[in-house]
Amino acid sequence: MKPITVYKGKAAVLDRANVDTDQIIPKQFLKRIERTGFGEFLFYDWRFDEDGNEREDFELNQPQNKNAGILIAGENFGCGSSREHAPWSLQDYGFDIVIAPSFADIFQNNCLKNGMLPITLTKDKVSYLMNNAGNDQLTIDLREQTVIDNKGLSTSFDIHPYWKEMLLNGWDEISITLQYSPQIDEFEKSERPISTI
Amino acid sequence: MKKSIIEKVWDRHVVYQEENKPDLLYIDLHYIHEVTSPQAFEGLREKGRKVRRPEKTFATMDHNVPTVNRYQITDEIARKQLTALEKNCTEFSIPLADLDSPEQGIVHVIGPELGLTKPGMTIVCGDSHTSTHGAFGTIAFGIGTSEVEHVFATQTLWQTKPKTLKLEINGELGSGVTAKDVILYVISKYGINFGTGHIIEYCGNVIRNMSMEERMTVCNMSIEGGARAGLVSPDETTFSYLKGRKHVSTGVDFEKDTKEWSALASDEGAVYDTEIVIDGSEISPMVSWGTNPGMASPIDGNVPKAGNDEAGEKSLQRALDYMGLTAGMSISDIPVQHVFIGSCTNSRIEDLRQAAEFVKGNRVIDGVRALVVPGSQSVKKQAEEEGLDKIFTEAGFEWRESGCSMCLGMNPDVVPAGEHCASTSNRNFEGRQGTGARTHLVSPAMAAAAAIHGRFVDIRKAGGSTETAELAF
Repeated sequence: MKPITVYKGKAAVLDRANVDTDQIIPKQFLKRIERTGFGEFLFYDWRFDEDGNEREDFELNQPQNKNAGILIAGENFGCGSSREHAPWSLQDYGFDIVIAPSFADIFQNNCLKNGMLPITLTKDKVSYLMNNAGNDQLTIDLREQTVIDNKGLSTSFDIHPYWKEMLLNGWDEISITLQYSPQIDEFEKSERPISTI
Repeated sequence: MKKSIIEKVWDRHVVYQEENKPDLLYIDLHYIHEVTSPQAFEGLREKGRKVRRPEKTFATMDHNVPTVNRYQITDEIARKQLTALEKNCTEFSIPLADLDSPEQGIVHVIGPELGLTKPGMTIVCGDSHTSTHGAFGTIAFGIGTSEVEHVFATQTLWQTKPKTLKLEINGELGSGVTAKDVILYVISKYGINFGTGHIIEYCGNVIRNMSMEERMTVCNMSIEGGARAGLVSPDETTFSYLKGRKHVSTGVDFEKDTKEWSALASDEGAVYDTEIVIDGSEISPMVSWGTNPGMASPIDGNVPKAGNDEAGEKSLQRALDYMGLTAGMSISDIPVQHVFIGSCTNSRIEDLRQAAEFVKGNRVIDGVRALVVPGSQSVKKQAEEEGLDKIFTEAGFEWRESGCSMCLGMNPDVVPAGEHCASTSNRNFEGRQGTGARTHLVSPAMAAAAAIHGRFVDIRKAGGSTETAELAF
């Protein structure tokens, strides 16, 4: 996994609440058995019309939102299905960071497992960023836990220290957990009969 | 200290705890299916890792499988995914209920059916409706593919202990009001993220009086309220459902188990982070009109006239545009062209019986295409033994093989763009049942009645089949 420390980049705005993972990556693209190549299908039904042409009225098709590495969205982003294809497609399209007033639990976890950073800010701060993001460069500093724009906004965000360390180092979680094998062995030895199939 | 079942089950599964770290939680049972597992197996292979406890893993094929001519899979990529699962299960010694197995079906239907799901367990699956298994007093939640790989390799997950939410539903349900209506009502009232960060414990008289299948319907849709998991403390109803099932203990061992399971129930006076109390008698048969499960109204109600605030207004407008409905219109005026009875929410035998009661002696109205997709091969067999298939087919329904089918339309069962579907599934998101499809979430009885009338009708005014027929004229 690629570590995240400081990220400077452009932000795209998707001012919609409750964006579900069925929209992020529609089900017809879940049949692949690889982790890669999902970016071209991101928001497919919103991005493209029946003939496969870009819909002009969809936010991410507009010039100011192209080539951005940060996505700013409305509350409860990523609700619904647990499909990890959602963060895979966002990341493959170019988004490493998503900022929203709130995230659905499973989606948030799935981002963190892929070296993506979901940042929760208050509704007011998110709507400020939505209104001002435009062509601005945002600076996200994970070490300092700050979001800074070039108009004077500097705000901090919360992240669990465990995930902060994982992202800063780009660690593979399974390798870390395997170091706890003695504890898992021990637990399994003391397993109650109730815990078995 | 008084503890809730959530704390009891959680605490006994903590393998390792340290400040500033989530808990390392042991996973008792891992269900897998063809869509969210291939990349996880590939990850194991790349690193030369094994599945730590294959016997605590159980696989089936459900998302992709055709429900007619199931062996003729014309979709090449879907076929590849099914073949990959077969190959992976063989390579890693994981038990699989494949298309030939009499145990095949939707993962959340067959797990309980086989007695794999048992009280006190931690259960995960790469599917958000894993919350279904909470009906048995388990902590059961959906995970992503990276977590699937993590459970394969370690039989654990790092998890931050969620907050607890007690949702008490008291009083009595009116006639014609089902478990599906209860959960749709809850989500329409409290929103699609009221449960975020929480595990819900459903309790109160209404839940106590529910069968296991009804409790599964409620727990299934916990995720539609934002909660990864929802559960019910086990009781006699739980034990009598489990008794005699394939993977459940017998004789003295079963008695010992039920004693342990009984002790899991929440202590009187346990403290929760959030508490909600609902009067069950307030609930009517529900119909979703919008593009998320919170956008639902009682059958005798209307599509809202306006949103609560600016953002609400915007969402409402977007939803109405997509659904082709007008603000303020009556729910009973929404036309229906498709009916889908199935999915992990409502495809069990009681659901089919409930629907059949309304179908018996009636005809699917011209212009409506209606499908019944049993949740498992075993449900299908039982329904056929009871003659339910005849009731459905004689009325003009299609009777299919088991799978997820039109709930998410990954197989050939899809709703065409612009058409309305009365569906017993769990999600009415844009495009869920097919690009441009318009989904309305309802109970099996409401779906059956809609098939007969071509629109939504108040089943409370049409108790059984005869009355329903009268209502048609």
